[in-house]
Formats: sequence, structure tokens, C-alpha cells
Amino acid sequence: MGENTYRINVLNTGAQFLCRQDEYVLEAMKKSGCGPIHYGCFGGGCGICKMKVISGSYRVDKKMSRAHISPEEETDGFVLTCCIKPTGNLTISQI
Amino acid sequence: MALNGTLRPGLVQLRVLDFDKTLNFYKNILGLNEVCRIGEDRICLKGFDEFDHHSLTLRLADEAGLDFVAFKVASADELEKMKLAVEAFGYPVDTVAEGDQPGFGKRYGFTISTGHRFEIYSEVALAQKGPGIKNPDIWNEPPRGMRAQRMDHFLLYGPNIAEAERFCKEVFGMFVPEVCNTPDGNRLAAWITSSNKPHDLAFVEYPKPGKIHHLGFYLQDWADVGNAADWIALNRLKLDIGPTRHAITRGLSIYFWEPSGNRIEVYAGGYTAYPDNPQRVWDSSELGRGLFYYSGEVIPSFLEIVT
Repeated sequence: MGENTYRINVLNTGAQFLCRQDEYVLEAMKKSGCGPIHYGCFGGGCGICKMKVISGSYRVDKKMSRAHISPEEETDGFVLTCCIKPTGNLTISQI
Repeated sequence: MALNGTLRPGLVQLRVLDFDKTLNFYKNILGLNEVCRIGEDRICLKGFDEFDHHSLTLRLADEAGLDFVAFKVASADELEKMKLAVEAFGYPVDTVAEGDQPGFGKRYGFTISTGHRFEIYSEVALAQKGPGIKNPDIWNEPPRGMRAQRMDHFLLYGPNIAEAERFCKEVFGMFVPEVCNTPDGNRLAAWITSSNKPHDLAFVEYPKPGKIHHLGFYLQDWADVGNAADWIALNRLKLDIGPTRHAITRGLSIYFWEPSGNRIEVYAGGYTAYPDNPQRVWDSSELGRGLFYYSGEVIPSFLEIVT
């Protein structure tokens, strides 16, 4: 694991995969084949990849549709995984 | 060719999340031309083979999806008659003043049972850069990217599509070439037209109001559907399904998502619809074959994901 690559744990399934800091979490999840994988538009619009970050740091790199992530939810760690990139190891959860 | 006073769906306003990648998609990948801008947050576009001022307005917003669809009617007289018919059907009507969108006259707006805002208008200026009309060539500038010729149709998701279908027939004078029913006989989907196109719009029954499944643009032929697939792959756009063939409408098709997450279809062919032809009826158990004739199977993302 390089210094710019982080480990992503999926709480519900125990799945783990690696994600580079310049890579969207959903892209890495899809590439790893170890889901849970729900994906649609990859553009932050359709909302199908919504999950919750339980712990760890990340940055929102792309606008997430307010139809799916309210400002309160964003504060509480709800994300569209197609829009976030990790800045540390993450634990995420299906909702 | 329109067969009654409602000519066609002529204007769609779509919400997008950015004017960077998304605008690049509509202009350089789909191949529309930018016509004008309205303030800081709206950009108007048209297909190279469309005569009217513009057909698609993108509005910068915090969420993707549909603001409204607007239908062009045959005359100012028809517009006033239709406004009264909308009110008589039971929908309150508001007025959007002339000039809200460059080139467009007064529009009337209202919300139908599915939660979608519909508008009607009769006056719209011709585009400065439209197709030729005097001994015309096939185009004036080489079409770009997917070579979309014009906006074609949209599929809307919302509740009570039975009422929406009745509205389109009774007020817009449209007809319904094709439907899909559940085993208990309720409407699951309807394909509706005002012209010889197999659909100007379609509905699918869905609990949440006001959703759009896709906006469809017309291509020349099957080879252009393949060309569109190349552009999807080349630009790493997210493919939903295709290239494939619909049994419903008979269209040749490919579906994908633009960078703001709105699903787009590019489409060619389709049968010629006439209002006196018998209606084609699908059982919901056969919908897979109706939608995707080659595989005969529906993929979950196609039915479930809307904006």
C-alpha cells in the first residue's frame, strides 16, 4: 500500500478495498469487485451510491445532488461515493 | 408531422450540477450548438437540424433533474383554447411572460398528476443558425460528436400516469400507440405521441413525483448509434445499456448518463405511428423483451434510477 493509497472498510459486509487519494471511492469499489456496489450515473446526480462514512477523512471532490444529500446529512457523513476521495483510511456503511 | 394542434415537445429545461464537464458534454460530445445564455445560471442549446430558437435550456442548480417540458402548439388561437381546456381539466394555469427565454413568446404552465410542470407556447423565433431552406445542403457545419439532430422525446416517472395519459389525449389531442399493463390491469407505462413519431413522451408509474428517466435525442441511423457508443467509451461516460433495439417503439438506442447524472438516450428509427392504428399492448411480464429486444432482460439500474 503506497502512501497515497488508503484502506476502505465496508461495515455491513466486512469487505475491504484500496483507494488512491486521487480516485473516487465508488470507482475503487467497483474496480475491486467487493461491493456493496450500487452505481448509476457516477456524476453525483442519481443518488444510487449513497452511503455513510462512519469514520475517517475524505474530501468531497464533486457536487453531490441536494435531492439526495441535504446539508444536514452532509454534516453527518452521508455521501455519494462517486463524489468523494479519501484523505485517510475510511469505514463506510450501507444505508 | 403533427396530426393536431399540439405540434411537438419543443423545449426542455434541465437542471445540471456544473457548466464545465456537463456543458462540454452537450456541446462537444452530444453535438448541440450553444445559442445563448440567460444570466449566470441558464444556457440555451439546440440541435443542428432544429429550426426553432432553442430546444434545451440547462439551469445550474444544486440537484439534477427536470424543471419543465414545453410543447409547441400550432397557433396563438390554439394556445388560448388549450389554456382553457387545461383549466377545464382541473389544473390551475400560470403565465410565463414573453422573453423569459430568448426567442420564446408567452408560455402557459401547469402541473399534471405525475408532478411534472408542463408548459405550452405558440410563438418562437426561428434560430439564426437553422437548417437551410433554399436548395439546402444537409448541414451547414459538420455535425460534432454523436451528431444529435434534434431533441426527440422524454420518459417521465411519477404517480397516477393514468390521469396523465388521459390529459394528453383529452387536452393535447395526442394518441397512445403503445402501453404496458400490470397483471391486475393497471397502467405501468404509456408511450404517447402527437405526431407520426412512436412517442413524443412516455410515462412510467412511480411513487415519487416529478422525476425524469431520460431525455432522448434523435440520430440518423444505426451507424450513428454505434458512433455514439464510441464517444461514450472515449469520454469515459457511464453507459447504462446498449447499443440495443427496443421492441416498444422499435427504436435503435443507447442509454448513458451525462456528467450531472441525468440519463440521456440517443435514438434512431422507430415505427411510423398513426392514430387509427390498433394500440400495441404489453404485459409487464414481457417488459424485458419490449425494452431490450435482443437480451429480453431488464437491468435493475434502467428501471430504478431517475433524477
